[in-house]
Amino acid sequence: MMSAVALQMSCVAALLAAAALAIVLSRSRNAAGLIYGMTITISVVATAAAMNWLVRGGPEASALVLPVGLPWLGAHFRLDNLASFFLVVVNFGGAAASLYGLGYGHHETEPHRVLPFFPAFLAGMNLVILADDAFSFLLCWEFMSLASWALVLAHHREPGNAAAGYVYLVMASFGTLALLLAFGLLAGPAGDYGFAAIRAAQHAPGAVGLVLILMLLGAGSKAGLVPLHVWLPLAHPAAPSHVSALMSGVMTKVAIYGFIRVVFDLLGQPAWWMSVIVLFLGAVTAVMGILYAMMEQDLKRLLAYSTIENVGVIFVGLGLALGFQANGLRLAAALAFTAALFHVLNHSLFKSLLFFGAGAVLTSTGERDMDRLGGLIHRMPKTSFAVLVGCVAISALPPFNGFVSEWLMFQAVLQSPDLPQWALKIMVPAVGAALALAAALAAACFVKAYGVTFLGRPRSAPAETAGEVDRYSLTAMFILAALCLFAGILPGLVIDALSPVSIDIVGGRMPVQANEAWLSIVPIADSRSSYNGLLVMVFITICASSAAFFIHRFASRALRRGPAWGCGFSDPVPAAQYSGESFAQPIRRVFGTLAFHARDHVAMPPPGDTRPARLRIELHDLVWERGYRPIAEAVGFSAGWLNRLQFLTIRRYLSLVFATLVTLLLVLAIWS
Amino acid sequence: MVVISDIMVQGAQMLLVLLLAPLLTGFVRKVKARLVRREGASVFQPYRDLLRLMRKEVVLADNASWLFRVTPYVTFAAIWVAAALVPTFATGLLFNWTADLIAIVALLGSARFFLALAGMDVGTSFGGIGSSREVMIAALAEPAMLLMVFCLALVAGSTQLSTVANVLASSYVGLRVSLGMALIALIMVALAENGRIPIDNPATHLELTMVHEAMVLEYSGRHLAMIEFGAFLKLLLYISLIACVFMPWKIAVFGSGTVAAYAIGAGAYLVKLAVAGFLLALFETATAKMRVFRVPQFLGAALMLGLLGTLLLFVSRSF
Repeated sequence: MMSAVALQMSCVAALLAAAALAIVLSRSRNAAGLIYGMTITISVVATAAAMNWLVRGGPEASALVLPVGLPWLGAHFRLDNLASFFLVVVNFGGAAASLYGLGYGHHETEPHRVLPFFPAFLAGMNLVILADDAFSFLLCWEFMSLASWALVLAHHREPGNAAAGYVYLVMASFGTLALLLAFGLLAGPAGDYGFAAIRAAQHAPGAVGLVLILMLLGAGSKAGLVPLHVWLPLAHPAAPSHVSALMSGVMTKVAIYGFIRVVFDLLGQPAWWMSVIVLFLGAVTAVMGILYAMMEQDLKRLLAYSTIENVGVIFVGLGLALGFQANGLRLAAALAFTAALFHVLNHSLFKSLLFFGAGAVLTSTGERDMDRLGGLIHRMPKTSFAVLVGCVAISALPPFNGFVSEWLMFQAVLQSPDLPQWALKIMVPAVGAALALAAALAAACFVKAYGVTFLGRPRSAPAETAGEVDRYSLTAMFILAALCLFAGILPGLVIDALSPVSIDIVGGRMPVQANEAWLSIVPIADSRSSYNGLLVMVFITICASSAAFFIHRFASRALRRGPAWGCGFSDPVPAAQYSGESFAQPIRRVFGTLAFHARDHVAMPPPGDTRPARLRIELHDLVWERGYRPIAEAVGFSAGWLNRLQFLTIRRYLSLVFATLVTLLLVLAIWS
Repeated sequence: MVVISDIMVQGAQMLLVLLLAPLLTGFVRKVKARLVRREGASVFQPYRDLLRLMRKEVVLADNASWLFRVTPYVTFAAIWVAAALVPTFATGLLFNWTADLIAIVALLGSARFFLALAGMDVGTSFGGIGSSREVMIAALAEPAMLLMVFCLALVAGSTQLSTVANVLASSYVGLRVSLGMALIALIMVALAENGRIPIDNPATHLELTMVHEAMVLEYSGRHLAMIEFGAFLKLLLYISLIACVFMPWKIAVFGSGTVAAYAIGAGAYLVKLAVAGFLLALFETATAKMRVFRVPQFLGAALMLGLLGTLLLFVSRSF
């Protein structure tokens, strides 16, 4: 019988083999079906194995050393409860994306740019989670980044994609640099890079602080924490849609895994001030992410910005868990940590679903711009139903899964009066209010996204003639939609499956939910709060259907179609209906003046003039303009200046060498 | 047997809120009319309106989708379930623990989500303007609501409405500054959520400042009846919420109560509804509607009151 970690590693090996096979077969006609078929099989096996591990309640961790990598050290891999949970997320996401790819991949114009990298990307993510020493972790992390970078550039001729790939590459190398420094600090003078040794060592408080900041930079930039998020809305939408789903739904989770692994697992007992930083960043990320999304008209970029919001929510949960754990409040820490992990799972489900939906819209209309879509609910009924489920779930509305994790998060926020530190006591309610704001804005944002894309009248010819997508894509979407509902009405199962992870990481667990009456979930105690998604669902169904039945049976079922009411002046062009920009206008007026320095410029021609009036909206991405552009300009300026050194005569080069030598010797002399 | 009688009491509450909701709205309209020296329609007029609307045929816009036709029932059901979960005459009913205060607010959020989508479905500007303003108001109201919940949870140690009502009914709580602030915050949020003056005017159509009425402009017949009924229920829900948390006097405790206790609880509930309805009408008559972009300041004040109440409770649990 193969050990659990060996089984996972063989899945990775199979994925790499699939990648190699894809290179060989890349020009062949049936390659897509074969490769995606392979990745589905492998991912399903890996998911099942990891789930089995979690359901068995987490046996002893299983480890494996491969004789590759650094000489005499080898590469260490290990499977424990935390890793199993994230393996479930990664591989399930991988399986869904592969199933979607079976249909979606047929529309690929250059399959040889996607097929080899897709399994490699999956393998990279699996390897990061399994890695058990700093060297393998960083190597696999880079492998994952590069594979995804290649996928981002799959359609490199489309405008903007090359720039997106460039920004991604720069940010990814910056993130890896931060991780490298973090592991350097963790290893300490003894220089043992194995996670077991790092876990056992005592870390100085100064080093702990630095490692936290470096992890926030390294893992945070990959996950999309504001202000390190700039690459994400460029790169995620540039990739083919099933890869966008993987990057947004799954790869950000791998970054979160890295953060949890180092900050919760390797650093040991946290200090309370660490949570202040994480909470602050999480809350800012959640609110800013969804505000950016609200302003966006490109469907896939909107989804990418909404990923930033969800990452912020997850970091708020992690920050709460840190704060509670630092004060020894294990029950509350377990609640916050479980809420964060639950949201990790939920986000991977509904974000993949929504990206699949955006991909379906893209395939059948060729449009990503919402203001050129509309009315797709009539022409793509199945897709629009699945996407509707995803929109309700991501807007944190009962009875779907997004609400459960938000609700658990709020319950964790309500535990904050037990915290002894004043800074946290005052901060946590404010963070809770920010979470509520982000949730309400998310609902607004997805009303906009769904309403403009799928409802109303078609705004362009492709939107008018769109058709339903293939059955593989639909199956993938419906499986995810069903799971969103399932996790929403039976959250107790998920919470119980997460308990071994929470015991490992924060040393406590939520109450056993399987024993609760009527399948409710109870975060702390019956008297404090409880929620029952199943009953809510049943009640709503009964009430709605009985109301419909009584009215149709006893009152009237007559129906007549007619033109919409236009106050006597029906607008003939679909352009007159509300667009994405106009829908965002109230929120732009309220929040945008501060967050984006938004201004509306109205050019109204004088009376008698027949030119149309024009409205121009001015928005500024302050993070980019105030933060990144000056850095980029400084780098460009100094590079231009240093460029002169490239065209010197040999005489000058020699004198430069000589001057450097003398300076170094002088420094050395003065130093000693 | 016990379970059956429990379900019966719960069912009685569901029917009670359903039957009382139009009456409450009719009462508020009547009082408003009398306050401006009009005769006003009978307090039973909303029932007649609903029945008339239900019997009329639906005129559906040409390009309305299935979502448009399903939404009235979904929103009605979500609001009805939420209203039935708020304690009215008795606390601790069989299904009260199904959802706590946060979940009840989120259920109303689900209803609003679908209604806002339906506003976008036909593709006219009225629906769009109503939806976009409705979601903006919701985005501002929700944080204020959460801080109010936080304040209550600090005092009562729970977000479960039955527990909160029982704790606040007990003599040990008494008058508190923080609860006063939470009450004001909740009233402000309730005014915004129900589209009452000064946020929105429930009595107007076709005016560019309108929010809720613009969103549902395309609805007619039985669909409109369901949406109106939902709005009545929502008003009742918020008043029941304020009553059970801030005026929990004479509310019966389920299980320990006799039929007489239920009767007293029900009587007290009716009195509370009448008082709250009268105050609402008085307030609406005395205030003018504000501009849409003044709403952020109004709800920002509610948010600050909630935050202040929470901070006061941190300073001392006795505030």
